[in-house]
Amino acid sequence: MDVLDVARWQFGITTVYHFMMVPLTIGLGILLVVMHTMWVRTDNPEWLRMTRFWGRIYLINFVLGVATGLVQEFQFGLAWSEYSRFVGDVFGSLLALEALLAFFLESTFLGLWIFGWGRIPKKVHLAALWAAVIGSIVSAYFIIAANSWMQHPVGVVTNDATGRPEQVDFLAVLTNNTAIAAFSHTIVGALMVAAALLVGIGLWHLRKRRLAGLSPEDVDHSVWRRSVRIGGFASLIAFVLVAVTGDYQAKLMYQQQPLKMSSAEALCETEAPAPFSVFAFGKLGSNECDDVHSWTVPALLSYLAHGDFETAVPGVNQLQEEYAAAYGATYPDDPSFGDKAGEPIDYTPLLAVTYWNFRLMIGMGMVSAGVAAYALWATRRGRVPTSRIGVYGSLLAVGAPFVANASGWIFTEMGRQPFVVYPNPDVPREEQVYFFTAQAVSPGVSAAEVWTSLIALTLVYGALAVVELWLIVNFVRRGVTTSDGAPTPGHTPDGDPDADVTPGSASTRRADDDDVLSFAY
Amino acid sequence: MDLQTLWFAAVAVLWTGFLLLEGFDFGVAALLPVIGRRPADRHLMLRSIGPLWDGNEVWLITAAGAVFAAFPGWYATWLPALYLPFVLVLFGLIIRAVAFEWRHSHHTEQWDSTWTNVIVTGSLIAALGVGAALGGTTLGLPIDGDGIRVGGAFAGVTWSALLGGVAVLAYSMVHGAVFLALKTEGPVRLAARAFARRWSLVAAVPLLAWAGLVQLREGTAVTAVLWLVAALAVLVAWASIRVDREGPAFSAWAVVMLASAATIFGAVYPVVVVSSIDPAFDVTIAEASVSDYTLTVMTWAAGIGLPIVLGYQAWTYWVFRKRLTADPETPHADATEEQVRA
Repeated sequence: MDVLDVARWQFGITTVYHFMMVPLTIGLGILLVVMHTMWVRTDNPEWLRMTRFWGRIYLINFVLGVATGLVQEFQFGLAWSEYSRFVGDVFGSLLALEALLAFFLESTFLGLWIFGWGRIPKKVHLAALWAAVIGSIVSAYFIIAANSWMQHPVGVVTNDATGRPEQVDFLAVLTNNTAIAAFSHTIVGALMVAAALLVGIGLWHLRKRRLAGLSPEDVDHSVWRRSVRIGGFASLIAFVLVAVTGDYQAKLMYQQQPLKMSSAEALCETEAPAPFSVFAFGKLGSNECDDVHSWTVPALLSYLAHGDFETAVPGVNQLQEEYAAAYGATYPDDPSFGDKAGEPIDYTPLLAVTYWNFRLMIGMGMVSAGVAAYALWATRRGRVPTSRIGVYGSLLAVGAPFVANASGWIFTEMGRQPFVVYPNPDVPREEQVYFFTAQAVSPGVSAAEVWTSLIALTLVYGALAVVELWLIVNFVRRGVTTSDGAPTPGHTPDGDPDADVTPGSASTRRADDDDVLSFAY
Repeated sequence: MDLQTLWFAAVAVLWTGFLLLEGFDFGVAALLPVIGRRPADRHLMLRSIGPLWDGNEVWLITAAGAVFAAFPGWYATWLPALYLPFVLVLFGLIIRAVAFEWRHSHHTEQWDSTWTNVIVTGSLIAALGVGAALGGTTLGLPIDGDGIRVGGAFAGVTWSALLGGVAVLAYSMVHGAVFLALKTEGPVRLAARAFARRWSLVAAVPLLAWAGLVQLREGTAVTAVLWLVAALAVLVAWASIRVDREGPAFSAWAVVMLASAATIFGAVYPVVVVSSIDPAFDVTIAEASVSDYTLTVMTWAAGIGLPIVLGYQAWTYWVFRKRLTADPETPHADATEEQVRA
């Protein structure tokens, strides 16, 4: 592999990994705000316990998201310096604004929330969590605006002297319709991740308690039950919104990146009306569209793409020709293209990747919604499910929305190849801004260097994933351990002196360990 | 002042803020094996930076983000020139960050000491590495006329990078010690004070040498005065800590960094990446900068956003202003019953 391929693998691995933490942080943050707010409003200890339990998982996960996010920011400069130079006028400012306007908010107030238990007034403490979660959502908006600018560059003109895009309309960059579509889709997708976690873990605990003959009257029972109910409803509502926003986004993509969408459908020839492919077989891997055959539903694709059953949807073969005519059949014979200089350009993204990731995304979303519906049904009117398959299935299905999120992004990013900045079709050809992935990599960095960092990062990330999972599983198993629900002696109900007491000896530490209120340090 | 100069100053302020703020939490972490002899002392030390380190680290993210946003030419030259060293810094920051949170997510002595060691290691790597990167860009990196690194993967790790690394680490350790003396009560306070008293003069030498070298090469009269201010502040800090006046010592030691960083950035201006091969290959703000339009947008955003950030960060420092003790009964030296229960 040359440096370009290694750098792409590195970007893919680190980004998909980072995006395991991010949706959980965003989604769980939203649910946590609900729990904590309810506690402050009602003073009901169930809400406090929920806030504490899910808050701990939130923190274990949050920090890994922050840590791996660092790699994301630096990676653009490290491995993709030509890209950074090219897009600097737009892209860099969005990252800087994210740090300044969102990430500061998130980090500072999360620190205040963790250490503020019992130290600052209840409402101020709640406001700190609100600020942190709002920070994470605003942060997501800036990052998605940056990504959407790569998918659909707006608000720029090319500077003839440098050959690079120059920002002329910041508001257009911020209100890019691609960004609005992707942001709304991503946030509700993140909510599905957190909701599935609540459902899976809550059901597992309910069943375990019932098998152990524990009372369904105590606070613990209510905590798990409430978690399942909230998670179930949140998941279903989010699923409906995911479908609505996804439909809007897909229609937009048919205009902005038709090749991505036609590849996702393995639609080779332009057809009117176009059929929807349910299952493809043949040689998807060959990346020759004509080798692929599908079972199809007539005219459905026209409806999905354009809202009626007649309009033509362009096929991969025609689009490939159109793009070759517009942007060249071969890469320019220029050293900045590395090994790709002079080679023919394949404008069709990898068919197998786009086709199957698209279906995996939708399929896993449906699985998750189905599990949520099951959980709500199985816990109706105070029931507790005992079905082993149902409960362990729900626990397993916690992974489904994670997969859906990851495959959605893999589809989005792989689907825009061979461009790293995709030409905006709304702009006349001669004014378009675009950049090939082959040009983007750092020219001075050797493949050996990128291999080194790729291997090292993957190993460290793998080890950290093991620890994170182990911590979460351990913590979840232990559950809400103080069973009577009354505040532990010595603790005020509204505060936790524990949070700022460093246990002086091993015995105090262990005592704290058994107390669900013990938190941080 | 034109926008490019303004943003050069803004980037310099962000890096300085990072060195100043994250400096003490790097330092406290690096001092864990030095003055944190008992587990309770180590917990106390970690507690003193617990609520603050993450907010401090955002200064690094914002500083790097501002370099990218305002001077992509700087970002795209500097980072690849030090590819593997930067990756190493990222490792340090990653393991350190997770260790802070994960350390208290499970309770055994083994677990605890392992993650404490990880915090120490990660902080050492990160402090050395960020210092090396800043040393490299201000004293010289082997880049050619296209801004591409000449030589192998470690060609960027020159004596100037090493000087920068040592300067930041040494500064941070004393900074952390003075911070601990200011923030804690009991044996940690005494040990921290003793450390600062013994090492403050020595620890300032690499930083002053770095600032002095940049000054000798490209300095002006103003930056020469700034350098003298830094040197004087070292003496004030040392004298203050000798008479156990921790507040003035902390302020003076902060001035050491403020004045040194001002010397370095002021002297190197308008160059952002110094080429050790040929001064003609230096990257200047004019070559590296984005358009005036983008700088204007950023100026508005920072003009509104930065004061707000400073406001709420200062407020969190105020919330966590109490001296800490290792005694679980009275975690705050001067906390009254109401304050604990408020």
